[in-house]
Amino acid sequence: MTAVPALAPVEISGRQELTFAKALNLAMADAMAEDPTVLVFGEDVGTLGGVFRITDGLKKRFGEERCFDTPLAESGIVGMATGMAINGMRPVVEMQFDAFAYPAFEQIASHVAKMGNRTRGRVRLPLVIRIPYAGGIGGVEHHCDSSEGYYVQTPGLTVLTPSTISDAYILLRDAIASPDPVVFMEPKKLYFSKGSVDVDDLRARYASAAGTGGALASQSTIGQAAVIRAGTDATLIAYGPSVAPALAAAETAAAEGRSLQVIDVRSLVPYDEATIDAAVRATGRAVVIAEAPGFASMAAEIAAGIQERCFHSLAAPVLRVTGFDVPYPAPKLEHYYLPGVDRILDAVDQLQWEHS
Amino acid sequence: MTNHPEFMDHPGNAALLTGQHGEYLLPSQNPVQLITPEGAIRHRGDGHSAGNFKDSYPMPSAETLRRGYAGLVLGRRINEQAGALVRQGRMAVYPSSLGQEACQVAAWMVLESSDWLFASYRDTVAIMGRGVSAAEAFESLRGDWHSGFNPYDYNTALPTTPLATQLLHAVGVAHAAKLRGEDTVVLAMCGDGATSEGDFHEALNFAAVFHVPAVFLIQNNQYAISVPLIHQNVAPSLAHKAIGYGMPGERVDGNDLAALLTVLGTAVDRARKGGGPALIEAHTYRMEAHTNADDSTRYRSAEEVAQWVPKDPLKRLRKYLSDAGELGSEHEETFTVAADGVAKQLRDGLNAPSSPDPLDMFRFVYSEPTPQLRKQSRQLAAELAAVAVASATTAAGGHGTEARS
Repeated sequence: MTAVPALAPVEISGRQELTFAKALNLAMADAMAEDPTVLVFGEDVGTLGGVFRITDGLKKRFGEERCFDTPLAESGIVGMATGMAINGMRPVVEMQFDAFAYPAFEQIASHVAKMGNRTRGRVRLPLVIRIPYAGGIGGVEHHCDSSEGYYVQTPGLTVLTPSTISDAYILLRDAIASPDPVVFMEPKKLYFSKGSVDVDDLRARYASAAGTGGALASQSTIGQAAVIRAGTDATLIAYGPSVAPALAAAETAAAEGRSLQVIDVRSLVPYDEATIDAAVRATGRAVVIAEAPGFASMAAEIAAGIQERCFHSLAAPVLRVTGFDVPYPAPKLEHYYLPGVDRILDAVDQLQWEHS
Repeated sequence: MTNHPEFMDHPGNAALLTGQHGEYLLPSQNPVQLITPEGAIRHRGDGHSAGNFKDSYPMPSAETLRRGYAGLVLGRRINEQAGALVRQGRMAVYPSSLGQEACQVAAWMVLESSDWLFASYRDTVAIMGRGVSAAEAFESLRGDWHSGFNPYDYNTALPTTPLATQLLHAVGVAHAAKLRGEDTVVLAMCGDGATSEGDFHEALNFAAVFHVPAVFLIQNNQYAISVPLIHQNVAPSLAHKAIGYGMPGERVDGNDLAALLTVLGTAVDRARKGGGPALIEAHTYRMEAHTNADDSTRYRSAEEVAQWVPKDPLKRLRKYLSDAGELGSEHEETFTVAADGVAKQLRDGLNAPSSPDPLDMFRFVYSEPTPQLRKQSRQLAAELAAVAVASATTAAGGHGTEARS
């Protein structure tokens, strides 16, 4: 944690080499600049800028009424955010790590998720709960959980997880603009990945909706999967931290003469079954890749749904490559646990190619 | 404040007991009481009326108390009517505030309409005091939907069933109001059992740290379903917990509406003027079982319950106002007629035929239903249509099951 680079709170524009972390930071800064009701709070997010520096500079730029540290209590953070959202604010709160969000689960499951429904839509909660999640960073216990399953199983929550630099910006802007509560899951191993993006292009998405704090609803990425690599032989379906190994597997497979399509689910709830089903129908084969334990998981749901809806287009059973059904392992063991290129390609090899 | 000089004389205590804003934070030795159970004025100097925000709490005006008495009559009628409807099987469950009506009435009387109330499931009477109609207040208890009113119409949150979670929402509403520079005060209610929850602690701590205009009212009715307070808490009182958060605490006789109005009103005024949060513990008693599904004879004696009968908040205020010549039979009649009218609305509301739309299940989960919810809604609509066709066919003498094909 000591080597986390600081993000200077400077105005940027044009084509830039950005980290995933800076793209998230920029999304919050732009949303806060446009909409005075957007507030950022949580543990260490103020002066420190968060343990991952995602909120770096926001307090300095927007003042401590807009970006502030809270007492160290996750239920308190989400419960207070709920009240602030009831009363006209758009809170963006940070949970410090995946497993440290569990104390907030009662507030999330019993109130955040249910408020819109129980009030017949009269009280909507436009709040975002940012959660750094998943492993691959050599983290100690309770710092590497893939906890998305708890949230996707809770009706009323929107659950998003970006995997690219531009999606880090776009999905977070869309989350902040959403009238519904969003659990925004940030793959922490991607925080310091870099990519070249045109900041002006990213912002242009939101220019036409100036004053509403976000993109026009028709442009929202919520509920939209992205086909991020074309391919014809099989479809790899991944999200968050598993997109990178899926792309790497597709690259390796291409060298071996097999064309793999890769889909980034991005929006776990709402789930874009239209895009994913169409892709799988075209290739006839699919492997779902996710870091969370596979039992009763998002990956299980994706695989089951494809088999229900696309059965007659399938040349082979849909396979899953997931974490094992064990607590997230210690740093020296995590590489055995994580879905990697070899395990993904092994699964691809099992897609009954002899029948094609 | 220096109203407890004997305590402040001890070296160190003044610093310990003085919050960031220079106030004395401990509650008074005994619950503040202005009117005795016998309906007489409790005079200062007998160990009861001394408080912390002030050296003494003023008696509310007769007009205010008469208005409060009308509220008690109405509250009692609501509790009795709802209990009767449960016994008749017209309502599944009702957590009664019988005997706690003074707390219920004080809660709405000390607030402006622009203020917010966050209540628990036992606080239907307080919620109705905010203007929520009987039909709206009881819709969730009737089983049609999990709520019956629009919180924004009354600045009143839907009562919550998970304990103490609403206290944090209250802090958030108060904090948002403070950031906008509004003079809104938020009153957050919970019971004694809820003080054991983590969210109680987090809410009071957040409220104090952010110095928000929230007042916490604990109705200590002595029981968390069956568990008496001694098994929840061994602090000197629940109000003493306030000092742990750096806010003032106060104890008040929860069956004395006059004391409640002045103590709560003082805390609300203080919060409105930027003084920050306060914790008020009202000592009262749950005269009925937790709900109709509970059997209180398993954990408390009839003798214990009987001890609280003479402390009844309604009889006490009636005696005080009558003796003062401020309550005549014409008032009583007016209040009773009004209460009967609300009781009738309650009966009518529950007796009215109701058929909640099953497809509403899918309409409000998100602002826009997801593709999956649209599909599920269509599935249920098709099932309902098939059932309708089947019953029509059966009614016409055909075979209902054919509709399934």
